[in-house]
Amino acid sequence: MPQWGVVVNKLKAKDSKWDARNYVMFAALVLIWIMFSIFTEGKFLLTRNISNLTRQMAIVGIMGIGAVLVIITGNIDLSVGSVMGALGGLAAALHIWNGVGPYQTIFIVLVGGLMVGLVQGTIVSYFNVPAFIVTLGGLLIFRGVLLGITKGVSIAPFDQAYILYGQAYIPPQFVWVLALLSCVLLISLNVLRRRSRIRYKFEVRSMMRFILVNVLSCALILAVALILNDYRGMPVPVLIMLALVVIFTFVAEKTTFGRSIYAMGGNFEAAFYSGIKVKKNLVIVFMLNGLLAAIAGIILSARLNAGTPSAGQNLELDAIAAAVIGGTSMTGGSGKVAGAILGAFFMASIDNGMSMMNVDAYWQYIVKGIILVSAVWFDIYSHKQAK
Amino acid sequence: MIKILCGVYPGGTYEGRIIINGKEFSFENTSAAEKQGVVCIHQELELIPDLTVGENIFLGKYPGRFGLVDWNEINRKTQDYLSQVGLLPKNNSVERCVRSHDKIKSLGIGQKQLVEIAKALARDAKILILDEPTAALTESEVETLLLLLEKLRAKGITCIYISHKLDEVMRIADSVTILRDGRTVGSSSIKDISKNDIIRMMVGRELTNLFPFEAHQQGEVVLEVENYYVEDPAVAGRHLINDVSFRVHFGEILGISGLMGAGRTELFSSIFGAFPASSRGRVLINGEEVRIKNPVDALEHGIALVTEDRKKYGLVLGMDIKENTTLSSLDEVSRVGVVDLNKEIFVTNKLISQLRTKTPGVEEKVRNLSGGNQQKVVLQKALLTKPKLLIFDEPTRGIDVGAKYEIYKIMNDLVNQGVAVVMISSELEEVLGMSNRIYVMSQGRIAGEFSAEEANQEIIMHAAVGGGCE
Repeated sequence: MPQWGVVVNKLKAKDSKWDARNYVMFAALVLIWIMFSIFTEGKFLLTRNISNLTRQMAIVGIMGIGAVLVIITGNIDLSVGSVMGALGGLAAALHIWNGVGPYQTIFIVLVGGLMVGLVQGTIVSYFNVPAFIVTLGGLLIFRGVLLGITKGVSIAPFDQAYILYGQAYIPPQFVWVLALLSCVLLISLNVLRRRSRIRYKFEVRSMMRFILVNVLSCALILAVALILNDYRGMPVPVLIMLALVVIFTFVAEKTTFGRSIYAMGGNFEAAFYSGIKVKKNLVIVFMLNGLLAAIAGIILSARLNAGTPSAGQNLELDAIAAAVIGGTSMTGGSGKVAGAILGAFFMASIDNGMSMMNVDAYWQYIVKGIILVSAVWFDIYSHKQAK
Repeated sequence: MIKILCGVYPGGTYEGRIIINGKEFSFENTSAAEKQGVVCIHQELELIPDLTVGENIFLGKYPGRFGLVDWNEINRKTQDYLSQVGLLPKNNSVERCVRSHDKIKSLGIGQKQLVEIAKALARDAKILILDEPTAALTESEVETLLLLLEKLRAKGITCIYISHKLDEVMRIADSVTILRDGRTVGSSSIKDISKNDIIRMMVGRELTNLFPFEAHQQGEVVLEVENYYVEDPAVAGRHLINDVSFRVHFGEILGISGLMGAGRTELFSSIFGAFPASSRGRVLINGEEVRIKNPVDALEHGIALVTEDRKKYGLVLGMDIKENTTLSSLDEVSRVGVVDLNKEIFVTNKLISQLRTKTPGVEEKVRNLSGGNQQKVVLQKALLTKPKLLIFDEPTRGIDVGAKYEIYKIMNDLVNQGVAVVMISSELEEVLGMSNRIYVMSQGRIAGEFSAEEANQEIIMHAAVGGGCE
């Protein structure tokens, strides 16, 4: 087929398309890290603090993944904070008051998350009530449910087998094994991909760059392992978060389902006319979001070692902010799952650094608010420039 | 044209002069036009459904002082204007009864039209421009409107009445100007011109050889539609499509002609399962009755639709070519729900070379392509579903002549490969130049069926304006 050789040769290698926005986000992150290090006389960069920082961000990171998925479809979920609180409270009530085993409790809570998503998603998708309204209602309803379940008091304590998911650390030797395994996996996937591109005669980057990218990625993975191991190993919530990021990145970018939700957010009408099952997909997105809220709820209740009536308050806003700071467009159709982690990391850094500097809590809200608005403004600004 | 006159396109964006009462004007915006008494009533009425009649009539010009609205004044004047257009309560007929505080959305479409005119009167209109005012009206409402216009004429208000409906034009107009393709092709007093003259002028230029017509061999029936009705989603009880029956054969290009608003797009998007209103009637594919509830079903039955508005319904502009191409056939390029990127690029490249889509690569965002190439991407998407029946709605709108010709060639190729092609088009030349068989639609019905041999522009235009098919 020589006649389309022309087209193939011009095919761009899309492997590492980082736009200006990502660089700026990254630069901003480095900048505030340097600032905090200076103001805290280096305490900010202690491995113990960084380990705490990652553990703090895990919950918002996990909920941020869900927020990315929902926002990609052009919708919004305001209820996740209440939902995760209510499910954590449910776990406490089942486990502590009614003697349900830890694993059964976890199973029931996860199914509960899926059901909440199913109901809210169905109302949005099939009854055409705007997601903003449905989940605003959900925010109130599940806050009420939580108060009802806990009768307004903290329920404690959980079984050891349960609090492990919020408090335990993966021992250093396992972290090393995990890190090495991820390196091997990453490199072999990249090699396979490269080979297959060569076989189809698509453009690939030069061998030098290929090696460089792989070495750098592995170095990053090993560096993270080194830092976390220097304290106590990897916090279990962080492991769960990383696993979820990998899974959901795969779902969003490699599956037909992922492709469909991007198309729905990009142009709902066109997706519908193209024969995409728009309504069903939207319900699935809400169910996955509910599942993620359930996981976050389990981690939070395990970390607090209690089901509390105020658990998860305002966390829906942190989740949305993480997604948006991570580059997800509120108009739908674009965004990356990993971006939510970056956003959560960013916000956790600010919280953590400012607390260490003994800045009053109100400043944290103000600064986070300013960063959120600036991130979106920059997004709009850079898009305008691109056109 | 009307957009220039009433100031939607500001002065300077066009050439030529607007002269009113011997003075030249250049309108920066609609209120500048309104100051000179030029008021326009668009085809899509511009009333705000949730406000009252009075609020709409005085929209933007509320009487009152210090930012406070004088509601008594509004109500009093509104009554006055409503009586001028014959909408006042004292008229004995109940349905004509409209009051100042009624919400617009509670009114019928004919009443809304009259409120629009009342609004124009409130703006001291001296020149009233009506764009297709009767497109959505029933016959008695049309009658009311025409009577009102005659009354306004007696009062000295000039009306510019833009319409496809020649009977109305012949009845109401004093003089007529015919526009075609953005040019004036004729102007005459109504006494000196006949309906047939107007049709001839609307049709205009000779057919040039822009069309690679092929006489195909008609095959089996692929799609059969019997007694098909589609409801109007905006007006309960009204039908957009009324008792339509037709057949599409393998191995033919079936042209669907008709004027704007004849229901062509509605008919086919309803058959495709995408039109948001209920329909009834029998649809048979390969002789078997099917129920198509949504585009998923339609594609499964081998029907693909290339929509009229590619940016709105056809493409995800922020996605690249390969992602758009495979959107309707993701299962084709994936294994257990995982997209095989290489296979995706491979099939897209094949289609790109087959259709000669011009692009720097399969990963180019469709936003960056020209209209013709965007249309080809929509076509790639449709072809990848391997349709038995491919419906083109205005396939060459907004694309250049070269790309048009290529699209026609692709249609011929498809038909030769055994696909049935339906081509909905407002361009008469295109319909005549490419179709093996032609249906003409008029006001939600099929007004005529013609073979390629017997069809010509006058015959089709006659059928399209509701003149019947002798």
